[in-house]
Amino acid sequence: MMEILAKAPVEPVGAVTYATAEGLLGSVWLLVAIPLVSAAILLLLGRRADRWGHWLGVASVGVAFLLGLTYFFQLRGLENRSVELSLWDFIAVGDLRVDFGLLFDPLAAVFVLLITGVGFLIHLYAVEYMSHDPGRRRFFAYFNLFVAAMLLLVLGNNYVMLFFGWEGVGLASYLLISFWYVRPAAATAGKKAFLMNRVGDAGLLIGIFIMFATLGTTQYDEVFTGVGSLTATTVLLLGLLLLLGAAGKSGQFPLQAWLPDAMEGPTPVSALIHAATMVTAGVYLIARSNPIFSANSTLQLVVVSVGALTLLLGAVIGMAKDDIKRVLAWSTVSQIGYMFLGVGLGGAAYALAIVHLLAHGFFKANMFLGAGSVMHGMKDQVDIRRFGGLAKYMKITWLTFMAGWLAIIGLPPFSGFFSKEPIIVAAFERDDWTAWLFGLAALLGAGLTAFYMTRLFVLTFHGPARWTEEIDHPHESPKLMTIPLILLAVGSIGAGALMVGPVPEWLEATAGLGGGSEAAHETVLSHLAITILSIGVTVIGAGLAWFLFRRGTATEPQPAGVLVTAARKNLYTDAVNETVFEKPGIFLTRALVYLDNRGIDGLVNALAAGVGGGSGRLRRLQTGFVRSYATSILAGALLVVAAFLAVEAGWLM
Amino acid sequence: MSELKLPPIDYAALAPTLILLGAALVGVLVEAFVPRRRRHVVQLAVALLAVLGALTMVVLNANDRLITIGGAIAIDGPALFLQGAILVLAAMALLLIGERTVERGGAFVAQAAVTAESVDDRRQAEGAPGATEVYPLTSFAVGGMLIFVAANDLLTMFIALEVLSLPLYLLCALARRRRLLSQEAAMKYFLLGAYASAFFLFGVALVYGFTAGVPGRSAGVDFATIHAAVAESPSSPVLLFGGMALIAIGLLFKAGAAPFHVWTPDVYQGAPTPITGFMAACTKVAAFGALLRVFHVAFEGARWDFTPVLGTVAVLTMLVGAVLAVTQTDIKRLLAYSSIANAGYLLVGVLAPTSDGVSGTMFYLVAYGFSVLAAFAVVTLVRDADGEATHLSRWAGLGQRSPFYAGLFTFILLAFAGIPLTSGFTSKFAVFSAAFDGGQGWLVIAGVLTSMVLAFPYLRVVVLMWLSEPGESTPAVVMPGWLTSAALTIGVVATLVLGVFPQPLLDLAAGAAEFVR
Repeated sequence: MMEILAKAPVEPVGAVTYATAEGLLGSVWLLVAIPLVSAAILLLLGRRADRWGHWLGVASVGVAFLLGLTYFFQLRGLENRSVELSLWDFIAVGDLRVDFGLLFDPLAAVFVLLITGVGFLIHLYAVEYMSHDPGRRRFFAYFNLFVAAMLLLVLGNNYVMLFFGWEGVGLASYLLISFWYVRPAAATAGKKAFLMNRVGDAGLLIGIFIMFATLGTTQYDEVFTGVGSLTATTVLLLGLLLLLGAAGKSGQFPLQAWLPDAMEGPTPVSALIHAATMVTAGVYLIARSNPIFSANSTLQLVVVSVGALTLLLGAVIGMAKDDIKRVLAWSTVSQIGYMFLGVGLGGAAYALAIVHLLAHGFFKANMFLGAGSVMHGMKDQVDIRRFGGLAKYMKITWLTFMAGWLAIIGLPPFSGFFSKEPIIVAAFERDDWTAWLFGLAALLGAGLTAFYMTRLFVLTFHGPARWTEEIDHPHESPKLMTIPLILLAVGSIGAGALMVGPVPEWLEATAGLGGGSEAAHETVLSHLAITILSIGVTVIGAGLAWFLFRRGTATEPQPAGVLVTAARKNLYTDAVNETVFEKPGIFLTRALVYLDNRGIDGLVNALAAGVGGGSGRLRRLQTGFVRSYATSILAGALLVVAAFLAVEAGWLM
Repeated sequence: MSELKLPPIDYAALAPTLILLGAALVGVLVEAFVPRRRRHVVQLAVALLAVLGALTMVVLNANDRLITIGGAIAIDGPALFLQGAILVLAAMALLLIGERTVERGGAFVAQAAVTAESVDDRRQAEGAPGATEVYPLTSFAVGGMLIFVAANDLLTMFIALEVLSLPLYLLCALARRRRLLSQEAAMKYFLLGAYASAFFLFGVALVYGFTAGVPGRSAGVDFATIHAAVAESPSSPVLLFGGMALIAIGLLFKAGAAPFHVWTPDVYQGAPTPITGFMAACTKVAAFGALLRVFHVAFEGARWDFTPVLGTVAVLTMLVGAVLAVTQTDIKRLLAYSSIANAGYLLVGVLAPTSDGVSGTMFYLVAYGFSVLAAFAVVTLVRDADGEATHLSRWAGLGQRSPFYAGLFTFILLAFAGIPLTSGFTSKFAVFSAAFDGGQGWLVIAGVLTSMVLAFPYLRVVVLMWLSEPGESTPAVVMPGWLTSAALTIGVVATLVLGVFPQPLLDLAAGAAEFVR
């Protein structure tokens, strides 16, 4: 008995530890440093780097990708596939110790590959796309800054490092959304994104504070090890705050409104930041924090609800939009809803969400770049009602966009089928009636997705031409733009099938993402039935869209019913924000300004006026006559002597 | 009749004072025998060498803790520290006094006896070389200050007070420009100074009477006797309290504490600016050195009786200085009121009943001395054809005309306001924390509140310099000669270093905070 006790592990069950990075993996910091240095060079050299700056930007991300690949293969040989690298003490104040450390594990590795891989292709594309813009060097500097911050976000080994990267991508996103800052819409969109993200960031920050207050640390391993010792309420609060942060960054309900507006930025920005990588940071945060989210079932229910609600919201609004980039943006909101649904379901579905995230990174980046290619050929027109029949003129864009379209609507054998369908299945795998709720929501979302994406595809590339007068002959984009498109299209086709097996297995080594420990629930419907149903709704949605829009559409807004009008107005979410937050906020601000002006400033000003007035009056005592000075000295002397004598006589004190 | 027995004299310990007084006498001889053309250089060299020599002796004596010359002089930690401080600041002031390139002939009048505003007076203002008597006068004043902070009985202290004051009265009258203002300032300073000296002397008499009334002890005005008498006094000591009050008045007058501050603005404004700086730095050190010694050595036993009264004086001083600084329109008067408020903060340190209070006060004196000399050095540089442009309206937009000097002055003003990373913050923190630890929280509260009021006039000048457009009448800053540059550099660097890295001086002050009795 004693022997058993002596041999019992000292660490609590579920303890998380990471090996120290050695050898080649010891240089994992280069991943962050290279794009950061490149960004610094581009910003500091200024105009001198205009001629070659963009190639430096592309090269730095390319090198980071190659390094990432090398590290990735290094990691395969390791036992627990996770290494940690402490660079220096970042913050050391009292009890607060924050390590400037990196963690390279399977989850971080797949993100590194996605960010640098897709990022490299988009950088390449942007060289051509931005070639006529005088600010191209600045654009690439911000782009590299974004890549560095995003890599820091996924590579940090504690929540403060994550927050550091989190704010970095927020900054880069702000700079890039309002890249064309002379356009009022772009400047406003940048501000909107920044402000809404602040709400989420505040949540994340308070979550980190709670971690420090209750666990005394922000290191991943220590937090995950210690989360079992927290009360359910603390975990719930902590999780909700992290979720608020995640919702802000990922454009999830209720903080989704900034993401479509962010399309005011250049199209490569939309592709990289607002489709493929940054907006998935929320999914990363939840997946990374899975020991926290798995520890409380209420929390998981909230995450699932947010995901399900957002995926329907995004899909419904996406159906009513006519701006090609906004449709794609709402589609992103909707697809990230699927990912939230996945990470919220917990267990094995974490890995499914990550697979969908990776697949989405490919096909959504592909479609955004495709949209950019269309805009390039159509003099920056974004209204899909003024496209039509472009398949003839832009063969490569058409074919690659088709690959993305088929992937997102999830028809086999394209990647969306392999990544989205398992999430739908997992949604049905719940014990109670919520299985039906979330399962049917996911299923309905699939049908809606098929409808609006097909509408987008058909209106853009097929049907009669409805171009504006100044366009006579749309042209295909140059090679530098089409090559990334082709590569991403290949990814869109193949990635799902290739990843659905190995990636969950690969991710198992990530702390808490094993999923095997949990007994699989029975689905309320058979797997086959769900598969057939999901393909069925997809085909119905796509077919309906094809039937309605094959002959084009009106080029002006048409009168519409309640639902369409609501969808055109973003389901009144902006109006709700306005009445619930903006109006009271403005009122509160006015009230505070009033209070500040009349109350606080009034007091301060009155005090200042009192001092000034007193000063002016006292000044008159300074007459300049020695006789009056002597009198005042004498009076003072009498007072001092009297005071001393009073003290002596015991009258004072 | 027994043979007269002379007390033993430790000449090494007295050397700093003797060197200064000797140099002053040599200066008088230089006036008589050295040709007029060379006098300025010789006098400046004599005075500076004397100050540096005296400083060397102070450093060599650093470990002395003794009472010499028949109990008249105490050479102990505070005395040596304050003597060192006076000498360093006097050296800086001498650099300012010796400057002759900023204005032709220097800041001093050539012949003080010429009728003010007469034709002759205007002619000499055009560039006749200034009077070189200022150097022996300064040396005498510094010598008096050195005795003042080391005096171990009230009579020696009175003599020292007169030795330091009389040259200062004269120096105030020697401004090259605005002769009437300068003479008026000197006259006022002299009359009121004499008046205050009378209070002091009367106080000495009362205290002597008090000690004579304590049975079993010989009467006397040396601090050891007074200390013992205060401790042993059986009866109600009306004489003690009356005497203490009058002595305090005499010292507070020199320190510029309210309501005995009335001379300060007029004299600071009228005196030649280098002398104003000298008074603001060195006289302050001397006066507070004497206050520290009198109240920490002689009257220590009556601490709980004098603290509330002097505390009230301190609060009043801070209030008067801060509030009146708000409406000043002349930079020299503004700095005068600032120095009055600083006297209040220094009193807070004096009233802290610990050795931390002593060391904090001494640190404050040094830090303030450096800053205020630098401030007056900048004042000497902002000028037009009629001399210094001291009216604040003339400083509007100076930041655009002369960003470097406006930047330096801004830094000094921020130090006065007590912004961290300047010596002003460290020194205020030192005295306030000592007073707080000593149970004088009310003084600290008053100090912090008045500091806030006082920040306004400083920032007003900053705003005026940087955010106003330069007007027609905004003068440019004159390029300073090497003497002023050196003084300004020393002052600004010291203000910065004592704010960023104050520990060595704080340690030095803490190690020198014990008086001998």
